[in-house]
Order: sequence, then structure tokens, then C-alpha cells
Amino acid sequence: MASTEEILAGLAEILNEVADVAPEDVSVEKSFTDDLDVDSLSMVEVAMAAEEKFGVKIPDEELPKLKTVGDAVSYIESNHS
Amino acid sequence: MTETVPSTNDPVVVTGLGATTPLGGDVATFWTNLLAGRSGVAKLTEEWAEPLAVRIGARMSVDPATVLPRVQARRLDRAEQAAIVAADQAWEDAGFKGTSEENGLDPARVAVVIGTGIGGVTSLMDQHDIILAKGPSKVSPLLIPMNMPNGPAAYVGLRVGARAGVHTPVSACASGAEAIAYGLDLIQLDRADIVVVGGTEACMHPLTISGFAQMRAMSTRNDEPERASRPYDKNRDGFVLGEGAGVLVLERLSHAQARGHQPYAVLGGAAMTADSHDIVQPDPEGSGQARAAKTAIERSGIAFSDVVHVNAHATSTPAGDMAEAYWIADLLGEQTIVSGTKSMTGHLLGAAGAIESIATVLSVQNDVIPPTINLDDAEDGLSVDVPREARKATVTAALNDSFGFGGHNAALLFHKL
Repeated sequence: MASTEEILAGLAEILNEVADVAPEDVSVEKSFTDDLDVDSLSMVEVAMAAEEKFGVKIPDEELPKLKTVGDAVSYIESNHS
Repeated sequence: MTETVPSTNDPVVVTGLGATTPLGGDVATFWTNLLAGRSGVAKLTEEWAEPLAVRIGARMSVDPATVLPRVQARRLDRAEQAAIVAADQAWEDAGFKGTSEENGLDPARVAVVIGTGIGGVTSLMDQHDIILAKGPSKVSPLLIPMNMPNGPAAYVGLRVGARAGVHTPVSACASGAEAIAYGLDLIQLDRADIVVVGGTEACMHPLTISGFAQMRAMSTRNDEPERASRPYDKNRDGFVLGEGAGVLVLERLSHAQARGHQPYAVLGGAAMTADSHDIVQPDPEGSGQARAAKTAIERSGIAFSDVVHVNAHATSTPAGDMAEAYWIADLLGEQTIVSGTKSMTGHLLGAAGAIESIATVLSVQNDVIPPTINLDDAEDGLSVDVPREARKATVTAALNDSFGFGGHNAALLFHKL
């Protein structure tokens, strides 16, 4: 069971790899598209990497609801195995 | 139908050059190594090459992924990376930085034409490996923009801010030359003021190599890679696959002068013809090729006697080289100084016409013609002048030929201002 901090750090790592987001810019209130400049294709990559890293399934209908980093952290916390 | 005749007092000129090739990651290094007669061909050291009949190739000497920011590079196919690297150089060489708008240009008057033979085939194959190993949910969402053949042109269009149109001729090994010919059309038809033109190719993969090798089109001189590409030599046994990109910037002379930029040379004329003879074999008479060359020269208004140099297609295949050499002798005379760039770079397929046009432009500008290497024992009947070392000569005008599987012939005529 990963802690909130671990999930946040894991997402920061993925965002850096996929979209060159600086790890210090990643915090729960940030919007993926508006604040971190993650485009729609990169968002799919982020979701794929997060599924692998945290052992979650992020269905297509859920992905558009994950607007902020905090949304993603909450989703992973309540759904990972 | 009437032909659009170039306005001879305001010709289309070349104002920027960019390249990433097996002989150098920029135009200056490429040109220096070309004049020195160096080979860019080496053994393919990848494990996948071991079982292949052909285990040599001409990789780009500078990995384009190392030139671009890491995250940008990982979103791009290698052919797209190469196109962007070459386009950035050409755009800067033409005196621009940033988008067309940032340079005071109207984006609706800026176009891009970048050809490719195969497009992002290595990305396609990598993702095919992934779908087989891990399933469809692991396929990259970036696959389609990486694989699409118009990807390189579209990415360059985004980079320079081109809204007059972004196009991708796909005509095998004539793609790069056709792109330049279309660019000339766009300006002569007044559809654009500036056109970024060229070609890109990066398809080094066991499947593509095996496909060409099964056609018996490639050299299997695996133990002597640097000697494998040998146009016009009696012992040539096929082409050597190369990779890279070449990009040129075209505009009217008046447009270049208005912004105080000195052009390299004039792109005086271009022509494209088709053989309708065979899907892969060149017409042994070379009549379609000769007709392209003759038309390009006629459209330029340059005297045939001023065309002193031909940068030939000359791929080092047994069938192709001599058909071309014969009509060059007939059309332009045996004194014509011919060079086979592919003896050094290998065959860059859809990028070949672009990097060879860059060499042709530099020959016209600098009055020096690159050598053809590995020509130890000239084929019987080779009557044109093929220097083994760089040759100084007054190059008033020069022709670049490119031909592709499918029977595509393209000829481009460059001359001094």
C-alpha cells in the first residue's frame, strides 16, 4: 500500500519522464493540462505508466475526470490493489 | 495547357541549408567529408543484424535524439527527429529564428514540403513488438504521429509556423527531390513566399533491410563496409542503406534581397516524369530519366553547355547506374563531370535527393565537385568524367537526379546567381 507521498513522488517521476515536468512543480492542486502543459496524448502515457507503477486500472471514462494531480492521487489511493 | 515559366529576373533561390547525414550532423561537416572522399558506411553492430544477409549500413554520424531535448525526442520517430534537426539548421541558416510570425513573415505564405520513402517504420515495428508481447493496452498513444509519413513535414510545419500548406511526396528514392520540385512549384504558382523543402529517412530495421535484400537490391559486401557502395564499378553489387535528412529553404530572389539575405544558388528548373515501365526496374533506355533532366534544364533557360556537372542518382546497383550514365553522355556530352554521392553516404532513400541537392548547391557555389569513391575498375562503356578525388571546376550550372521504385524520375537544375 503506497502512501500519498509515495504516489505523488511516483506521479512526479512519470510526469518528468513523459512530459519533462520538473518534480518540484508537481503538487496536488496543479492541473495536468493548464498548469503542467501535459497534452492529451501525454496524458494517456501518464495513465499507462501509472497503471503499471501502482497496479491500478484507469478506464477510459475515468481519465478525463483526473484533471489535477490531486484527482489522480485520490483515484490511485482508492483503487490500487 | 501552358507551362508556368519562371520569371528569369526574379528566380527562386536557395537561402538556407541543413543536414544530418552519415558524414556529419551538419552541412559543413557533411561537405568537408564528402570532398575528402570519406565513407559513412559501417558494420551494423546490433544483435538483430547478425542473421541478416546484409549487415552494413550508413547510420547518421550524430544521433538526432541527442541534439533535441529528451522529452521532445521520445515523442518523435527517428525520421522525424532527423527532419527537425535538418530543418532547424536550414531555417537558422536562412536567417530565421523561431516561428515565421516571430520573424515578421505571414504564416499563410510559408509552406513545408518534406518527403520520405517509408516514414516512421521503426516506430511501427517497435510498437508491433509491444502489442505481441504485452497486448493492445500497452501500445503507445504516440504511435500514429510517429509512424505517419507526413509526420516529419507536419512537425517541421509546427516548428516554423507554416500555414500555406504542409505536404509530403512519397515516391520512394525520388521523394526528397520531388519535395524540392513541389516547393519550386508552390513559389512559382504564387501559393507561398517561403518553402522549407527536403527529405528524411531512418528505416534501419531487420524487416526493411530483409525486404530490400530479398529483392537482391543491396550490397552484401559485409566484410568491407566502406568499400560496399561503389557506383559505376564493375564489382558493384547493390546499394547500401543510409539514413538522415536534408532540408533547404526556397524563396524568390527579391524576397531574399528585401531582407538582406545572400542566396547560395538559383533553383532554375525542376521536372518530374514517370517511366510506366516496371514497378522496380528502371527503364533500360533511361528515357523517362533523360526527359526529366532535359525538361528541368529547358525550364531553367540555362544552355545545355553550361550544365557542367551532374550529381547522379548512382546507387551502386548493377542495373541502374549505367542506364543513367548513358543518357547523361548523350544529353550533356562525355565531358560532363559526374559524381556519385551514395558511394560515401550510402542510399538515404527519401532523403537522398535532398542531401544530394545540398551537395549540388555547394558545388555551384564553391566551384568544386565531390569525388566518387570505390571506383576502382570502371564499368565498360562509362564515358562520362567521374573524378576519384574532389575536382575544381567552374560550375555554372549543375543537375541533381533522383529516381525511385515505382518509376519516378525527378531532376533539379541549380545554377549560379
